[in-house]
Amino acid sequence: MSDLTETDTLDTAAANPVEGIDQSSGNFSYDVKYAFDAGTGISERVVDYISAVKKEAPWLREFRMNALKTFLAKPLPTHWATRDLENIDFDRIRYYLSQGQKPKRTWDEVPADIKRTFERLGIPEQERKFLAGVEAQFDSEAAYSNIKEAVSKQGVIFVNSTEGLREHPEIFRKWFGKVIPTGDNKFSALNSAAFSGGSFIYVPPGVKVSHPLQAYFRINAENFGQFERTLIICDEGAEVTYMEGCTAPKFSTSTLHSAVVELVALRGAKIQYITVQNWASNVFNLVTKRGLAHEEAEIKWIDCNIGSRLTMKYPGVVLKGRKARGEVISIALANDGQHQDTGAKMIHAADETTSTIVAKSISVGQGRSTYRGVVHIPRHLKGCKNNTECDALLINTNSRTDTYPAITVRGDRHAVQHEASVSKVSAEQIFYLQQRGLTEGQAMSLSVNGFINDLARQFPMEYSVELKRLIDLEMEGSVG
Amino acid sequence: MSTLEVQNLGVSIADKEIVKGLTLTVGSGEVHAIMGPNGTGKSTLAKAIAGHPDYTITQGDVLLDGHSILEMEPDERARAGVFLAFQYPSEIPGVSIANFLRAALQARMAEGEEIDASAYYKRLYQKMDMLSIDRKFTARSVNEGFSGGEKKRCEILQMAMLEPKFALMDETDSGLDIDALRIVSDGVNQLKGPGVGILMITHYQRLLNHIVPDVVHVMYDGRIVKSGDKSLALELEAKGYDWVKKELVNA
Repeated sequence: MSDLTETDTLDTAAANPVEGIDQSSGNFSYDVKYAFDAGTGISERVVDYISAVKKEAPWLREFRMNALKTFLAKPLPTHWATRDLENIDFDRIRYYLSQGQKPKRTWDEVPADIKRTFERLGIPEQERKFLAGVEAQFDSEAAYSNIKEAVSKQGVIFVNSTEGLREHPEIFRKWFGKVIPTGDNKFSALNSAAFSGGSFIYVPPGVKVSHPLQAYFRINAENFGQFERTLIICDEGAEVTYMEGCTAPKFSTSTLHSAVVELVALRGAKIQYITVQNWASNVFNLVTKRGLAHEEAEIKWIDCNIGSRLTMKYPGVVLKGRKARGEVISIALANDGQHQDTGAKMIHAADETTSTIVAKSISVGQGRSTYRGVVHIPRHLKGCKNNTECDALLINTNSRTDTYPAITVRGDRHAVQHEASVSKVSAEQIFYLQQRGLTEGQAMSLSVNGFINDLARQFPMEYSVELKRLIDLEMEGSVG
Repeated sequence: MSTLEVQNLGVSIADKEIVKGLTLTVGSGEVHAIMGPNGTGKSTLAKAIAGHPDYTITQGDVLLDGHSILEMEPDERARAGVFLAFQYPSEIPGVSIANFLRAALQARMAEGEEIDASAYYKRLYQKMDMLSIDRKFTARSVNEGFSGGEKKRCEILQMAMLEPKFALMDETDSGLDIDALRIVSDGVNQLKGPGVGILMITHYQRLLNHIVPDVVHVMYDGRIVKSGDKSLALELEAKGYDWVKKELVNA
């Protein structure tokens, strides 16, 4: 087993104050031997390989094969999205890499070469401190998956997608692919063909999971595509908070992360889904996330995008039952060479449904951020409410921000509000902060943290601390 | 005992020379006032000493305890002990005064050292009491929606917490009514002492009724043209700046 690769920055000399800091906490990789490797490119053979390795039921293999056809038939959405998508070379990507399909239940059993990655990312420590359960995915499969006994005794199921579909088809098959159909977009089709890993969660009626469940997604291999599939079903009156973190080392070639996440909140249930994405700046992060909220249910997405080369992600809620509530809180930071194309979708499909979107983006240097939102309220409904707020912060004149809010409201019995603002961190503001003794990087970081402060306060403590730390690192690194 | 020496300093902005060979020395415990008509280069002098990136030094030097600070970044100068109370302080949305001052103090500590939060708040509240500032103030975003008087008091609070060697006070009296002027002046008087040298920049004599200077300099056209004790300020008030101009022409 080899030692740290040269991308590691831990032992850099401290002559430059910024140099001593590990600029991107996830930017390291260890060599790992893979027992299962589907090779490069996507084809029927590769899909067959994945399905066979997982010993899947025939219906699932069929599902994958149909999805592959859809993927191949669908064009890239470059008529509205960035042409950078054309730079993804689907034939060079490796679609499945793992050491095995069964995650370990204790960290001691996790192979040492994988375990040290998660230890360095602090996952076992977080689990001990404040989590009800953890799944740690390494490339295609979960290396570790565990749920606290007290939680599993309540009937909560927290497993990976393979196990969920195999062991609990009566629960998961009903909703699998129903919130986000295969053909929703080209990347949801690709995921449906090649998916591996991700979390399948079921919370029984009335059970309120007191601590968050967490998944950590780690890309380790170069030219790799990670396609996790997550499905969370919260039964009547149940509540759960799920958090995901993502990192990858920075390779010279590009990497693809294309997940599908489906949430189902049955009558009166509450789901909160928190993401802190810190992919390396060569990762295409093209993720489809949507929730289905039944009567009086509530789905809240908190989506923080710090890393990646291009992120396209618009978490949505279909408000299917009367008085259902949907909320998206989105924070995006686009640094040099990054494009954060993020937003939200709120589809009102029942009376008296409410939705809230608050999106804050920060563009630094040549970074570009885009807000895209869809709010749809049809004519036959009454008493629907939407409130959308998009705020953009620009740091220096080269950065770019765009806002594309598409709000369609028919009928006259609804209340809709939309606000947008663009502000700048001025040179005077930076000078003022520097005059109080803060370095330029610290000054920018404090300004950015102030801009998102009202949103960050809604996070669990551990995640708001993590978010602040990531912003500090980004800002320190962006000072020229 | 510290000194801040400005030696034959020239400052320009966008190729326009504003300060033209200015010399003065402030020592710890001293209060100097610079008076002069608008557009004569008073604020430019203060910002140039603090290292504002828009200003170019064309000649001369600025020494803190005998060492030039001109090559230092603005934040390095600040940490070395130079404080500028701004005429128009910036707003920092979403950053509370308490967090802002904490970050400023943290920036002065060695790497790996952490501020003791309870000692910090104790000290902050003590200074706020001294300056008659409501404790609720700490939760408000820095300067956001502040009145003119609140902004100036916030500057004085920062000065009290950061304990600089030298404070440059740029038109601290501007935009204040008589009551606010008294509160701010009382604050500065509380902070006056053997450990700090103060350079006050003002257009009007009225501030000097509240904060009595040891030395008064009259600045005109980028230079100091007259220096004296506090009586010079009164003379200036009585005769107006035209008096200085005429003296210059006659000289």
